[in-house]
Amino acid sequence: MSSSLPQNEQALENRVKPKRKSAIATFFSNLSRSWTGLIGFIIIMTLIVISLIGQWITPFDPYFAEFSKKLLPPMTEGHLLGTDQLGRDIFSRIILGARVSVIIGLATALIAGLIGTIIGIIAGFFRGWIDIILMRIVDVTLSFPFILLVLVINAIIGAGLRNIIISLAVGGWVIFARVIRSEVLALREKEFITACIATGVSRFEILIKHIVPNLFTPIIILASLQIGTYIIAEASISFLGFGVAPPTPAWGNMLNEGKDYIFSSWWLITFPGLAIVITALGVNLFGDWLRDTLDPELKGE
Amino acid sequence: MLDFIIKRFFQVIVVVLLALTVVFFLIRISGDPTTLFLPPDAPKDQIEEYKELLGYNRPLIVQYGDFMFHAVQGDFGESLRSQEDALGIVLSRIPATFQLAISALLIALIIAIPLGVLSAYKRNTVFDKVGVALTIVGQAIPSFWLGLILIYFFAAQLKILPSGGGGTAIHLILPTLTLAAYSVARFTRFTRSAMLDVLRKDYIRTSKASGVPTFRLIMRYALRNSLIPIITLVALDLGVLLGGAVITEVVFSWPGVGRLLMQSLMNRDFPIVLAGVFIIALIYALVNFIADVLYAYVNPQIRVK
Repeated sequence: MSSSLPQNEQALENRVKPKRKSAIATFFSNLSRSWTGLIGFIIIMTLIVISLIGQWITPFDPYFAEFSKKLLPPMTEGHLLGTDQLGRDIFSRIILGARVSVIIGLATALIAGLIGTIIGIIAGFFRGWIDIILMRIVDVTLSFPFILLVLVINAIIGAGLRNIIISLAVGGWVIFARVIRSEVLALREKEFITACIATGVSRFEILIKHIVPNLFTPIIILASLQIGTYIIAEASISFLGFGVAPPTPAWGNMLNEGKDYIFSSWWLITFPGLAIVITALGVNLFGDWLRDTLDPELKGE
Repeated sequence: MLDFIIKRFFQVIVVVLLALTVVFFLIRISGDPTTLFLPPDAPKDQIEEYKELLGYNRPLIVQYGDFMFHAVQGDFGESLRSQEDALGIVLSRIPATFQLAISALLIALIIAIPLGVLSAYKRNTVFDKVGVALTIVGQAIPSFWLGLILIYFFAAQLKILPSGGGGTAIHLILPTLTLAAYSVARFTRFTRSAMLDVLRKDYIRTSKASGVPTFRLIMRYALRNSLIPIITLVALDLGVLLGGAVITEVVFSWPGVGRLLMQSLMNRDFPIVLAGVFIIALIYALVNFIADVLYAYVNPQIRVK
């Protein structure tokens, strides 16, 4: 701390400084107080790291099939979690499969969130006939079971990472649209917006400067709660034989391939499933914590 | 009230027609069904002949109009594989799906409501905390994986239950448990939070203070009043149950609509896919419709909205 600063400026700096740090510091101090949130955060971070460096840390080549070593039980010949029906190392495939789950969870949340938010803002801010039409589309989409909708779309447009993300986003944007619309409607009634209108701020400026920044919290909460749904949906659909096609390792299609060996080799269906459960649990715990922290009014809902 | 019912029923029709429209166009955009009947190296004029025969060479909008005109009369054409009436095949699979869905729903309610009530009554005790933890874990377990694990333990290891197929009550046990598990977790959570809301109310405190026995207080005064939100949430969740039924049917080779739909998607047997989507959308929309009407009946505020 330089002592050359005039006294009042020093005092000012002292008052401002802790605030500048606060965003990240508050995040971690809040997180450390909730062990469920902390567990969720650790799981998510581990998963992201694995998905980034996965290809360099696999003990075996996840694609390399060696028929003489097929269906080896866990802990044999260096295969921690055993090998599958083609002799590929399951542990390595689970590590590489993490990437599929992370990409699908994040990409779908991003695309569905973006489309849903834009549509929600349009409907809520402009109201009128466009609102009515958009909300009817939302009602209709929401009145079809999410997993079935995604499954039918995906089965028709075909397998592959890109197509499963498209299918999930088509089914997923509606929930963002509905929530963001009601947020915008509520914001419009707030005094600070009325004050803006009264002082002659343009509609566009109100939207960009005063409404959109207030939408970040609900968007982040919703996205974090939806990611788990997307990951489980992708796994279910890949398990059914659509979604991510083999040989690309995804936890869902590993279970699909492994289910034929259920009577002889339990490890084929056990470990990829555990990976899904741990991931979904982590995302849900973190999402719940985020919601409780950012929006205490919703706590326990 | 009648006004509300009519308006809501109109919505059911719109939902079903729109679902059909979307799937119809998705199918037509995704490719030409004629390739199903012919070898991949079929000469061009033969393909054209087939298109002509099946009407696929007409403008898309004409095909759509024709399809919808017949669909609303229950005519979805014949299965591309078995040449039987598509809707007839789908309808013949409905009892199996209902059997599975209803038994899972009953099991889930029988387990979840007492658990939720107890959890709320004993809130913040070890029992409650373990219960809440289990519901959180339960919601993270995909139903198809739970199904595989149950098959492994009860069919592969203990050999006391069949791993799949349909027909008898014994075949129903594992699929029902699989499908019910997720709902148990959800419904327990609903019941717990609905009960907590009611237990906070003044009249409960007053009744407690004036010496109403605990069991009576919980069952008559608290549970009764929290049943409305519970029923609503359960009804809204039936769609999740229906979606889960499709996957559960595939895991256990249960001969219901869901497995049929999956097989038809695999075989690209589109008349059956469309008939299946029609039936599922109709059932789902009707269930939601009934739930909404019931809810409006018990809660007059909704009707005005």
